[in-house]
Amino acid sequence: MADEVLFEFLHMELVALIHRDAVKDEKDGCIAKLESIGFRVGQSLIERFTKDCSRFKDELDTMKFICKDFWNSVYKKQIDNLRTNHQGVYVLQDNKFRFLTQMSNGKQYMEAAPKYLAFPCGLIRGALSSLGINCIVTAEVSAMPACKFQIQIQRM
Amino acid sequence: MSRQTARGGDPRKVNGELFTLTYGALVAQLMKDYENDEEVNKQLEKMGYNIGVRIIEDFLARANSTRCNDFRDVAEQISKVAFKMYLGVTPVVSNWSPAADEFSLLLENNPLTDFVELPEGHDALIYSNILCGVLKGALEMIQMDVDVKFVQDQLKGDNITEIRLKFIKRLEDAVPVGED
Repeated sequence: MADEVLFEFLHMELVALIHRDAVKDEKDGCIAKLESIGFRVGQSLIERFTKDCSRFKDELDTMKFICKDFWNSVYKKQIDNLRTNHQGVYVLQDNKFRFLTQMSNGKQYMEAAPKYLAFPCGLIRGALSSLGINCIVTAEVSAMPACKFQIQIQRM
Repeated sequence: MSRQTARGGDPRKVNGELFTLTYGALVAQLMKDYENDEEVNKQLEKMGYNIGVRIIEDFLARANSTRCNDFRDVAEQISKVAFKMYLGVTPVVSNWSPAADEFSLLLENNPLTDFVELPEGHDALIYSNILCGVLKGALEMIQMDVDVKFVQDQLKGDNITEIRLKFIKRLEDAVPVGED
């Protein structure tokens, strides 16, 4: 068990590290890097979280697990709202996303938000990929510290 | 419902595996980005330092500790309060130097290295070097210049993980230029 403050600081340093050496134009590269780190962590993490679980009924059941158990273990809260169009798009809304709560609520730091959402997006994608679901995860912030994660299932 | 949501315990604690795995992915990324181990060690220490200078505030706010009278008090606080609070382990304080300005923290299990095996050819890598940085940064914020380094590491086949702390000097408060 580690303390949440420590984890938050570690994540901040991770973001800072990746951006430290990068030149301005490489912004996308940094996001991709952070996302891939998150992916790796998510992949291994979900195996440990689900080892005592019964099999998931369907895709929606898997999503519910992500919204409740997974979110709870990682961010100490549940997703506030889950919506789906039943055609492979899921929108997870967190009204008070942990990595954004340390930032000012105004519009001032809106540009900085994506940096802090890349790792969490990767986490979700990694977790779902280990559960056999290929997807694209994007995040969107319209008012801090609320955040929407959109999961788009890729069907083969 | 067969699935259990409740993960009890301290509400301030995050899942330990999440922390360990994130740290592992971070070190792996550093090893990819920097060719030699020394540079990775340096980066880890730097990140630790940045964490240390911030975490001390949180520590002082939450630990309710009183002023330390000597370096022995400091050692106690680090092992029994700080390590316990942040990592959930309590290292043993030992190997004091005769002048009582140097001691070791002995860790029987290091939460950072839970799922870790060092790949071959990386003998110089100090995997948990971030801890040195954190300790150094945090102590610097309370006016102590301390040298921190790993002397033994279970990852390298030693029996125990040992972090050595050496008190160098008391730092004086520096007044910013132009403010008297």
